[in-house]
Amino acid sequence: MLVLNNVALFGYIVPFLYVIYILRFPVTGNRSVLLISSFLLGLFVDIFSNTGGVHAVASVTMAYSRPLFLKTSFGISYEYNVVKIIEMPLGGIITYVLGAVFVHHFILFSLEVFSLSQWALVLKSTLFSALFSSLLILISFILFGSKKR
Amino acid sequence: MQQLINFFIRKRHFLLFCVLVLLGLFFTFQSRSYHSGKYLSAANGISGTLFSWTSGISDYLNLKTQNELLQIENSQLREAVGNVNSIFQSQASQSTLWGGVDYIPARVINNNYSRTKNYLTIKGGEKLGIQTSMGVVSPNGILGITDKTSSGYATVLSILNTQSSINAKLTKSNHFGTLQWDTRDPNIVQLVDVQRLAPLAIGDSIVTGGRSTIFPAGIPIGAIESYELDQSGNYYVVQIKLFNDMTNLGPAYVIKMPDAAEIQELEETIPDEE
Repeated sequence: MLVLNNVALFGYIVPFLYVIYILRFPVTGNRSVLLISSFLLGLFVDIFSNTGGVHAVASVTMAYSRPLFLKTSFGISYEYNVVKIIEMPLGGIITYVLGAVFVHHFILFSLEVFSLSQWALVLKSTLFSALFSSLLILISFILFGSKKR
Repeated sequence: MQQLINFFIRKRHFLLFCVLVLLGLFFTFQSRSYHSGKYLSAANGISGTLFSWTSGISDYLNLKTQNELLQIENSQLREAVGNVNSIFQSQASQSTLWGGVDYIPARVINNNYSRTKNYLTIKGGEKLGIQTSMGVVSPNGILGITDKTSSGYATVLSILNTQSSINAKLTKSNHFGTLQWDTRDPNIVQLVDVQRLAPLAIGDSIVTGGRSTIFPAGIPIGAIESYELDQSGNYYVVQIKLFNDMTNLGPAYVIKMPDAAEIQELEETIPDEE
C-alpha cells in the first residue's frame, strides 16, 4: 500500500493490489470469514489513505458478489471443479479478475467522488484503473502461481 | 418463530454484508464532514509512525533535490535579510499588520496527488503548537491547510483537494479570486471568480490574498498559464501553474498567525444574516 500510493506517478491510474486477497480466498472457505476479513482489510487501507470507509465498502461488495463471478467464469458447478483458482484455464481467470475488479473500482470511485455531475470522471478512473489493476493482478497470479503447477 | 430463525440462518451472509456496508458508509460520511472522524485518519499514532518510517527511506533517496531546494531557499532568505532595512524605511509591509507571523518547521511524510481529495501528512503536531486550520507552506509556495492533528503528526488538506478553497490575488493589481482544483493535473490549479476587469497576462504571479486568518498576504502560489471567461462571461477562470512541484515535497512550514484566535472570536460575534 505504501509503495502503491506512489505508483500513481504514471498519469492518473491508481492500482489497488490488495484485492488479490479477496480473489484468491479459497473457494470452499467460510463466506462469513471472507466478508469480515475483507471489510477489515478495506478499513485498514482507508485508515492509511484518509478515505473514511470507501475501500471497506468496495471490498465487502466485491467479496459478497464473488460467487457470481466464480459462477460465470468457471461454470455453475465451480465448487466441485475449482480446487485452486490459479490452476484454472487462463480465459476463466481473466473474466473472473476483470469482473470482480471492475465492481470494486466502480464502487470505490463513485463513493470517493460522490457527485452525479462528475460521472465522466468516475467512469474514466474506473475503466483505466481497473484495467491496470487487473493486469498487475494477473501478472502476480502468473508469477506466484507457476511453481505449484 | 422457527421460520424466522431459519430465515436469518439462510440469509446470514446477506445480513452480514448489509451490516458491513452500512458500517463502511457510516465511516465514509463521517470522514466527509469537515474536521470530524478523528480516530480514523492518518493523524493517528500507528499510521503516523509507519509513514515516518517509510518517509525516512524516501527522504534519503531525495536528499540531493531537497538540498538544492534548501540552498535556493537560503539564498532567498539572505536576499530578504538584505532588503529588510530598506523595507522598514520605505513603508510598513503588509505582514507587519499581523504583528509577526510564526513559522513552525515540519516535514511532509506522506503525500497524495492522484485522487480527487488529496491529503498530506506532516511530522509535527500539537506538541509544536500546530492546530487545526493553520496554513502550510513549502519553500516554494503554499501546500494546504492543516486538518486533523495529533500530538506528533497532522494531516493537511492539500490545495489539490476539491474541498479546498483559498483566497488568492494577482501580484500586480490586487484583484481577488478563489483557488480551486479541477482534479486534472497535480501541477495546475484554477483561480475562479476573478473580475473580468482584472488585467491578466500569461506568466503573471499569483499570491495569497491575506483575507483570512490562515495565510498572511503575499505567499507565492504560482504563475498564470492560461485564462478564459467563464460561462456567465463576467468572471475569469485562470489556469495556474504551481511554483511547487506537488509530487515532490519535503520540508514545510506551518504558519501560526498570532492574532487568528482573536479575529475569529471577533467575527463570531457578528450575527449571521443569511
